[in-house]
Amino acid sequence: MSFLEIEPFRIALYVVGALAFVGANAAYLVWVERKAAGRFQRRAGPTEVGPAGLLQPVADAIKLMSKQIIVPPGSDALLFRIAPVMVMAPALMCFATIPFSDSIVARNIDVGLLMIFAFGSINVMAVMLGGWASRNKYAIISAARVVSQNVAYEIPMLLTVITMLMVAGTLNLHEIVKQQEAGFWAWNIFRLGTNPLMPVTFVIFFTCMLAETNRAPFDMAEAESELVAGAYTEYSGMGFGVFFMGEYANIVIGCAVATVLFLGGWGSPVGFLPGVWWFLAKMYFLIFTVIWIRWTFPRTQFYGLLNLSWKILIPFSLATLVLTSIVMKIPRMF
Amino acid sequence: MSGAPLNLTKGPDETFILNLGPQHPATHGVLRIKLTMDGEYVVRAEPVPGYIHRMHEKMGENRTWNQYLPNPSRVDYLSAMAYSHAHVAVAERAAGLEVPPRAEYIRVIVCELNRVSSHLVWLGAFLLDLGGFTPLLYAFDDREMILDLLEGITGSRLTYCYHRFGGVCNDVDDTFVRGTKAFVEHMRPRMKLYRDLVTDNIILRKRLTDIGHISADTCRRYGATGPVIRGSGVPYDVRRNEPYSAYPEFDFDIPVFPEGDCMARYLVRMEEIVQSLRIVEQAIGRLPDGPHIAPKVPKIMKVPPGDYFFATEAARGRFAIRAVSDGKEIPYRIKLRAPSFSNLSLFEEASQGMMLPDALALLGSLDLVIPDIDR
Repeated sequence: MSFLEIEPFRIALYVVGALAFVGANAAYLVWVERKAAGRFQRRAGPTEVGPAGLLQPVADAIKLMSKQIIVPPGSDALLFRIAPVMVMAPALMCFATIPFSDSIVARNIDVGLLMIFAFGSINVMAVMLGGWASRNKYAIISAARVVSQNVAYEIPMLLTVITMLMVAGTLNLHEIVKQQEAGFWAWNIFRLGTNPLMPVTFVIFFTCMLAETNRAPFDMAEAESELVAGAYTEYSGMGFGVFFMGEYANIVIGCAVATVLFLGGWGSPVGFLPGVWWFLAKMYFLIFTVIWIRWTFPRTQFYGLLNLSWKILIPFSLATLVLTSIVMKIPRMF
Repeated sequence: MSGAPLNLTKGPDETFILNLGPQHPATHGVLRIKLTMDGEYVVRAEPVPGYIHRMHEKMGENRTWNQYLPNPSRVDYLSAMAYSHAHVAVAERAAGLEVPPRAEYIRVIVCELNRVSSHLVWLGAFLLDLGGFTPLLYAFDDREMILDLLEGITGSRLTYCYHRFGGVCNDVDDTFVRGTKAFVEHMRPRMKLYRDLVTDNIILRKRLTDIGHISADTCRRYGATGPVIRGSGVPYDVRRNEPYSAYPEFDFDIPVFPEGDCMARYLVRMEEIVQSLRIVEQAIGRLPDGPHIAPKVPKIMKVPPGDYFFATEAARGRFAIRAVSDGKEIPYRIKLRAPSFSNLSLFEEASQGMMLPDALALLGSLDLVIPDIDR
């Protein structure tokens, strides 16, 4: 028995690991995003700091940390300071249950999926609090938008999750991946036998994930050409930095959950390489798609977003839910 | 809560004032709009112009005609050529100066190239208002080619001072002619790219169609011109209605879309780029020989007493100069009729009851240049 299996070491290791993973991802996804955006727009992106601009995130972090955090006079100072923490902390919590491979998971909790969505929802409340506490009209408009957007998008998202739950029969993320291990035809997105609309379910989940993480084309909360910087308008220095990191951490979680639920987690379609690399490859492919969408589409209008949710996504996710239950029930009737 | 109460002073009717600008990403300059908001709905939008008032009209009254040459291009820096054109043309009309055909052709070419570059800036900035970043860089990439071309013959890249009384200051060279032909060839497939990337995008269509309706009647009442009135179904274009320079010799269409919404104004401008390319292609192909400036132009321009007027079609609409002369070297009065001012003035009426993002889409579709409003 190596020391890694002793419980306190294990916990410490995973806390450090999760923090490092989130930090590195938040920092370097910004770099990836800026480089990718540069390529989409026929320019170079960051090049000055370090080789290929690789030290740019470090320089940005130093700049942000050296700035004063200005609490606007008359704002609710406590909520104003707590809000960034409330974005970041739940995001870190979610990493505890994500199975990166068969053996790499901080806590294999039986209700892992439930826990991720429970903590994931706090993010929206934190943005709302930050906007409300800022004492800024743009921030308050943004806070109001975040709430209605969230109400509209949690519903179809959770409906698709319920569908997946019926297919998998467990909330344990590890178990869900185990069921899809047979090969890529066993991945939930391709399991048309349980529900012919499975790819649609995946698209709904992915769309809701974009809206949930306030990413373009659903970045109503930050809409900088309308609301300056939305809920983050009054945040300076690391106050803004933590919000920013939280946003990327939430994207990573959203893509990781999508990978686990639909794309077979660490399961490899061809067989070589350890599972963790496959997990990361699938996750980063989804993250790249998120970046790709942001730099291609203009922002949707707010009621367009709500219409999309209430008129298209919710009916469709309900349909897949009903369809799945029928498909699963019929064989048992005979 | 410490300090003053939350700054959400609500009026008796539950509205609050949102101060949009003078520093705001969507106003593209120092325009300030006082919005009375009911939640996200605009109850009243009161534009507050004047933050970049530079007294261009007054400057016209204390310097000679020649000294005023650089000024018009600073009024609307994005379509400087048409503004300079109006200025020299009003003096030519007043003094009865004959302009050689080559000069008129060159003027048409540079004005139309300038219109294309102006519309490309608008395209990028408008998409930026709608939250799409990438088209801005594509549009600026194409615009760069125009700026390089014009830099070659005018020496400047934005605020040109190319027009002179009786012609233009430099003749066009082979590099320019070849470059312009190459640009027209380059731009045609790019228009298809813009259609695929931007125009046919479902998000963009949903955001612009049936949003920001302006009736032809409203346009007339506020004196809106240019793509704004043509997007409301009125085929008014100075190049057609009051032909000037060499425009009657070219074959081009005036794009008109009757819907009056943001999409119509968008499509008018995109189509205008195509039409401008047509004009440029014809003009550069049939460029007459001869001098680029009239041979006998007085060093110091003097204009007989009278009241003169000249209008050109700038990228944003009808730009006109009214010059009153008392026979001296210095004009008695210069009045600039700027299209952005009229186009902005209908914003208050047209934006009523809209949601904030739609109102900003409407503002973007008017294509305002703030120095043009304030002069």
